[in-house]
Parts: sequence; C-alpha cells; structure tokens
Amino acid sequence: MNRIGVFVCHCGINIAGVVDIEAVKKAVASYPGVAFARDYTYMCSEPGQDLFRKACTSGEVDGIVVASCSPRLHEATFRHTAAEAGFNPYRVEIANIREQCTWVNSVDPQGATAKAIDIIQSLVERTRRDESLVESTIPVTKKALVIGAGIAGMMTALNITGSGYKVYLLDREPSIGGRMAQLSETFPTLDCAQCIFTPRMVEVGQNRDISLRTYCEVEEISGYVGNFTVKIRHKAAYVDWNKCTGCGMCTEKCPTKVKSEFNMLLDDRKAIYTPFPQAVPNKVIIDAENCLYFRKGRCRICEKTCSLGAVDFEQKDWFEDLEVGAIVVATGFDLYDKENIEEYRLGYSEDVIDGITFERLLSASGPTQGRLIRPSDGRVPEEIVFIACVGSRDPENHFPYCSRVCCMYTAKHAALYKHRVPQGQAYVFYMDIRSAGKNYEEFVQRAVEEDEIMYIRGRVSRMYRDDGKIVVVGADTLSGTTVEVRADMVVLAMAIRPARGLEELVKKLKIQTDANGFLAEAHPKLRPVETLSQGIFITGCAQSPKDIQDTVAQSGAAAAKVVELLSKEQLTHEPIVAFVDEEICSGCGQCEGQCTFDAIELVQRRGNPAMGIPDRTVAKVNEILCQGCGACIVTCPSGAMNQKNFRLEQVYSMIESFI
Amino acid sequence: MSVLELSYMPGCTLKTKAKNFETTTLRLLELLDVQAEELPDWYCCGTTYSLASDNVINQLGPIRTLVKAKESGREELLVLCSMCYNTLRRAQELVRSDEEKRSKINEFMYDEETDFSGDEVRVVHLLTLLKEEIGFEALKQKLLKDAGDLKVAAYYGCMLLRPREIAVDPVPEHPSILEDLFAACGVESVYFPFRTECCGSYQTVNEKQVVISRTRAITESAVKNGADLIVTSCPLCYYNLDAYQPKVAEATPGFRRIPVMYVSQILALLAGLEETQDFNLHVVDPRPVLREKGLIGKDAVAAGEGE
Repeated sequence: MNRIGVFVCHCGINIAGVVDIEAVKKAVASYPGVAFARDYTYMCSEPGQDLFRKACTSGEVDGIVVASCSPRLHEATFRHTAAEAGFNPYRVEIANIREQCTWVNSVDPQGATAKAIDIIQSLVERTRRDESLVESTIPVTKKALVIGAGIAGMMTALNITGSGYKVYLLDREPSIGGRMAQLSETFPTLDCAQCIFTPRMVEVGQNRDISLRTYCEVEEISGYVGNFTVKIRHKAAYVDWNKCTGCGMCTEKCPTKVKSEFNMLLDDRKAIYTPFPQAVPNKVIIDAENCLYFRKGRCRICEKTCSLGAVDFEQKDWFEDLEVGAIVVATGFDLYDKENIEEYRLGYSEDVIDGITFERLLSASGPTQGRLIRPSDGRVPEEIVFIACVGSRDPENHFPYCSRVCCMYTAKHAALYKHRVPQGQAYVFYMDIRSAGKNYEEFVQRAVEEDEIMYIRGRVSRMYRDDGKIVVVGADTLSGTTVEVRADMVVLAMAIRPARGLEELVKKLKIQTDANGFLAEAHPKLRPVETLSQGIFITGCAQSPKDIQDTVAQSGAAAAKVVELLSKEQLTHEPIVAFVDEEICSGCGQCEGQCTFDAIELVQRRGNPAMGIPDRTVAKVNEILCQGCGACIVTCPSGAMNQKNFRLEQVYSMIESFI
Repeated sequence: MSVLELSYMPGCTLKTKAKNFETTTLRLLELLDVQAEELPDWYCCGTTYSLASDNVINQLGPIRTLVKAKESGREELLVLCSMCYNTLRRAQELVRSDEEKRSKINEFMYDEETDFSGDEVRVVHLLTLLKEEIGFEALKQKLLKDAGDLKVAAYYGCMLLRPREIAVDPVPEHPSILEDLFAACGVESVYFPFRTECCGSYQTVNEKQVVISRTRAITESAVKNGADLIVTSCPLCYYNLDAYQPKVAEATPGFRRIPVMYVSQILALLAGLEETQDFNLHVVDPRPVLREKGLIGKDAVAAGEGE
C-alpha cells in the first residue's frame, strides 16, 4: 500500500492562522507513498466531506490521512463518510495538528509548520500499514434485568415493558417497594406516598412482561452487551411461594416477635412475615435467625397452621441463570448511621431518630397509625429539633457532597409535625436552604411562614440528655450567638449513602463508582445513565442522592437507553481490539490478569508430537469483550500482544518518521 | 519484670499547684516498673500553642525541650500536664510537616548540640502510657483497694482531644479512654455530658466570670448525674474547677460543692499509696468522700493533713 491521500484542514484560522498550509502540502506531497496533498477551509463541512468522498470513490488512494483536529472530534465523521462511500473506514486516520500543534505553538509559526509536517508524515507511516478491518456483529437477547425494585427500578421496568420488552425485576428484599414504600407524605405536594405508590406496585406485580425475582441476590455475571448471563441466588424463604397465598394465618400464630426493619425498629413483626401489608408479591418468609424452630428445634406452629402446606423448613437457597441483553442498576440508598456522629452521641436515646424513622412515625400505615408520639414514652413532643446536613457537606469528618433531598424533607417533616401538633414548636438547624425544584422554594417558604417553623442557620455542635429532654447546643450564625434547645425529640437528616452491598455488586458488574461510592456515569452531562461497561445502565440514588421526581425522570432515561439497545437486531463491535501472535506467546497469563473486561483467556494449542512440537498454552482474546484499552499490550513481556491497526510495528514506524 | 525507661517533662504547675499530680504519678509509675527520668533542663512549654503562622518564637520552648529529650537518648518523653502535652505535640507536628519553619526554628538552637526534625522523640501522655504501654489490666494487678460504690465524673477538658491529630483518644468527640481506665480499675463513671467542655482555661487570668460560669455548668452536671468526685488529668482544669467553686457558691444559692482530683490520685489511693497526697492543696476537701468510700482510713492523717 503506497498510495496515501492527505487532506489538510484549515479549520478557519485555527490551523491556517498559524502554520503555512502551502508549505505543509508541499512537504507532505513529496513524502514517499503520498499520492496527493489537498487542503480545504473546513474539512468537516459538507463541501469538505464531498472532497473527501470523491477521494474515497476515485480509486486513486488506498489510505487517507486527514490533518485536522483531535480524532475525538471528527474521526467518527470521516470514517462514517468513508464507509458510506465503500472505502474501508479503518484505513482513514486523523493527524491532530490543531490541539497538539497550532493551539499550543501559536507563538512559533515556523516551528508549528515543521511540527505539522512531522505529525502528518508519522500518520502516513501508520496508515500505509493499516489493515482493512471489519466490525464484528453480536446478536441481542431482548430482555433486561433491573437490579433493585424501589421507585427507580420499578419505573425503569414499567418503561421498558411499555416498549414491548420483557424485564426481570430483582430485589434482595421479599417485597418490591424499596425506600419509597416507607415514606409518609411526599414533597412538595404532600400527597401520601402510599396513595401514589402502591398502585404502581400493583401495576408491576400484575404486568405480564415483568418477572419478579424478589428475595434474590446477584451471584455472578458473565457475558457482554446484548448477551449477559446473570446467575442469581434465590434465598431460602422456607415457604413454597407457589403455594403461599399470603393469607397471614401463619404470621398471626407465630409466637416470636422481632423488631420490624420496615418500621425502623419502632414496633415488632413476627418471625414468619411479610415486611408490610401491601407487599408485592404478597408472600411470607421465615426469618431463620429468629425463628424458634431454627433456633431451638421446636415450635413449627406455622407449618401446622398453613392449610396449603406451604411451609418448608428443608428449603435451601437455589440458583437460576437469567439471559438478558441489558442490565440496569437501581439499588438505591441507605442512610448514614447516626453512631458515626461522635459529638451527638451523648444525646442519643430512642427519641433521637433519623429521617426514615420519622417517616414511619408520620405514616398512617406506620406503627402509630400516624400519631406523632415519642418512641421512648409515647408522649407528644412539644419541642422538636430537626438537624439538616448531618454527615453531608462535611469533607473533613464525613462526606463532601450535598445529600440533596434533606432540605426539602426536613421542611416537610417540620410542617407535618406542626399539622399534627399545632401547639408545638419545631426548630430546624440548617446550613443553607437548597430548594431548587419546581414548587420547592414555595413549599419551604410556606413551612417557615405559615407553619411558623423556627429556622436557625447554624450547626449543632453537640447534644446531651437531661431530665428526659435532649439538650441541643448549636450556633445561630445570623445573630452570632449560641443556642440551646431543650427538645423532646430530635430528627437527624442523615447523609444519603449508596445502599449497603453496592461495592460487591459493582465488582461483579465490573462498573465503576465515584470517590463517594456512588455509581459512576459514563459522562457526567452527556451520558448520565450509561456506565463505561456497555449494556449496563444506572438510575436513582445508586448514582447520586436525588428525590422521587428526578429518580422517575432518570429511570425513564435509563429505560430509553435499554430500549435503544434491545431494539437492535444485532450489535456491531469496533474491530480495533487486541490480538495475539501465538508464535511468540509463551502463555504466561500476565495479560489475563491485567484485563478488566475478562476478554482474555488461556487456551491449549495442540502440538505435533511427530515433529517434536509439544502442546502449549497461549492467550486468546475475545474480540467482543475487548474494549481496545491496550493494558494487555504494555503488560506482555514478549511483545506477542498487539492491537489491530495499533501494532507495535506501526507505532515504531511513526517514531522512526520523527527521528 | 523489665523496667520501662523514659524521659519526663513535668512542666511548671506540676512543681507548684499540681504537686499532687506529680507525686502520685511518680510513685504509681515506680510501682508499675516505669522509670521516668526528669529531663535535667526543660523549658516552659509556653502554655498555649500559638496559632499565628509567623509566630515561630513561641515554638522554641517546646522544641528545646524536645531536643533535650532527644539528646537524652531515650525514645519517649512522658508528659502529665495537658497544656504541655498539647503544645509539645503541636510544635512537634509543625516541625515535622513544615520544612521552612523547621529550619528557622533550628537556627535558634544556639545552646543545643543537635537539631530537631520532628520524629526523634515520641511525646506520650500519662493516659496513653497507661493504656498502650502498661495496659489497664497490668495496672489493675497492682491495685489493692476496692473502690466500692464510688462514682466519678471523668473530665477530659479540651487539650487532650483537640486538634484531632494529637488526641489521646481515637474518637476525640466521644472519647472513652478515661472511662475505660476507670472501668478496668473497678471505678464507676457516671453519664457526664460536660466531660469535654472547656473549663475556661487561661481566661482564669483576666475573664474570671467566664471561668465561674463554666465551672458552675460543669460541676452542676457532675453532681446532677450522681458523681462523688470529678476526676481529671489537666492541672488547669483542676485549678479552675476546684478553686472557683467558692466563687460559684457565693453567687448560686444551694450550690453543692464537689471535690476535684487527679486521675493519678485515685489510682494511687487504690494502689494503697495514701501517703503520697497532700489534701491541703485542695480547695474542696475530698477527704470526707474518700473516707466514706473507704479509700482513706477513718482517722489516718495523710501527708500534710492537720499541719
């Protein structure tokens, strides 16, 4: 291959204003193997593309170098045009003479001109060694798995099935619903969470295209975009869910009481139970840790009670393989444990609670039927303190980020308190009020003005118990004084954290988290629901703290990305991937350990005993999994690993052209 | 048993107002096979660590003491006073982390034979020594007396816990080293929310009203929660809390006084070292409580009593 065409783009004055285009053209045109060198003001414009297209179809060249901006901007543009014109797109290369030349050397036009020539010539060397690569194609399994069945996972699943695809909806809890099922009223409209949420739960439960996989955990994930195999563990419920109708007789008869996790330990559940009355699916599980039979070998009252014979003490965990084309992670959040706030600990009692616990106290379906009373003695709190930003926005001691919903739900909590206890006094200690959302600021102002909530701008430095009260000591930074409130109850707006166990799930999925442990998106602005692993998407609080509104919107976006993927008959895969020269490979396996995409495996190659060639082990690249990152290539001690169209020979030729 | 040998810097108050702290500690350490060698030539720590970033001269006292400790050849320097501990540790951190200040400070070391780079000596507070090197269990082995139903309010003050980097407890906002020590020795600590509140510190010099109100809040909290004694390891806290109680009482009808003692005094009593203490140095006399709890003899006259 010795006929390379070169186009030099002026990029207006970005390039032409610094380098001497004519000199560049002249020097490049006489370089060995170059068929022509042409220029144009904007190669990316339609007339520029026309010039390029003509070169592709004329048959005068078998490789093209476009000297212009960074390949990140327009490599795809030119390769796309080439492919449409019937020219192999992988024989088109970009010489970056803007970002790496004219922009950084604008004060030295002569030097920049010489450098531009060098850069183009090095790309000519590489292009003449390029191969005509062909993209590989992969089929797509037209089903999705959504991990986490809170509001984020549920809405994602509903949106995907709305486009006609099937979804497995998985949750580690026995019921779908997640955190939103625990909420009382929701801001800024104060509509009851149950009223707007349980219909959605029923809809999910009845949707024929959604297969629930509750009380399940993700065990192992293999495969790649369009073709994942997810091994899940069905945790032993000790109840045959095919038989159980959720009648509740067993729960009624069970003699063992355990603190209810759903009600934030405010009341009791039984050892055989559903987490809450509206659970979907409405099936019971036995909590083996607390069940009398599992602990002491006697009881089995539930077994005797169940007329359907659903109780099965012999049940074991079992596994199932799910084949899906796309995965959405919607694992939600936990609240930061209040024990981490050292300076408040002397104040802790049953009456110092976090926001979710307060939601359960407010909830009409909660342990008090919505009566606002102190957990410790059942008295109505006359003075109540809400503290915002506990653990959030505190980079030195806890977390640097804003948990984003606390300002709003704290205003909501204080307002709901006042609606239930009109004679009471609510105090809110805050840093700033962040109420940027539709009707949010109005909501906070109503709480301040109409509900007469005392907003105190400052942090609480400590609290302690005194005569059944909790003394809250804080600063009022607007008046410059110290404030002490003798409160009956304190509600802490604890920082939002990724749900427990996300770290392990992330390792199985091979996706990334950010510095705070939340899932990392592929691009913070332009690819907010994708991950760097193709086919895996994210939504909800697992990605960052956010409210219901934003979660629902983001879940729509995640579903759209899933549908975009599943709607394709097949996927194409970029052919610029690693490959092994088996003649040189010694099978040491170092590349295998380096690969974060599991794209390399060691395989056996039969030798020829007659010719004295023994069997040997060599590395093999799975071209579909390989993302072309190059980590294996720099690791390979023998140079057996190479990247297509980035072969060592090509890189050396580029370096030589500079010397 | 091998003898643990370390350098010792008493600081000024230990030789004057806080004699009880020194005498009881040294006798206790002897009992625990710790040999604390007083540095032959130590300097005043400066009492407060200067926060002015260009005030290098205030660091010279502590650093000179650290150089002496280094030159003694012993790896550790024992400090009892919280103020000394705070200034020494912070000056040490400064020298360790700030190269420019280090060389400037070292230029002032005319009389010292060597420079100081920050790492040569470990400054160790009595509580850390008891916890990490001797061990509360080993200490307990040496105790002869039972504290009975004695209830103490364990008082930390600020200087042992702030800033976080030099704190004697890994959880400075919710410490437990004192309570753990007492629990190991069979002494009950009461719930005491004012245990890390500032006592008013050196405001005692010119803002006496601040110290009076702090003393009132702290002692009232201890009494309210059922403590017989306030126990501390800081000479300045001790002074403020003890000496100001009569002034608080003048202004507060019904105020109940509570004796204040050093942690080492209690430990010495439990170890049967009654003669080491001079109870005349107390403003609020602890003897009635101690007699009631059986920690001193009914008619035993401790050193100095009745003089």
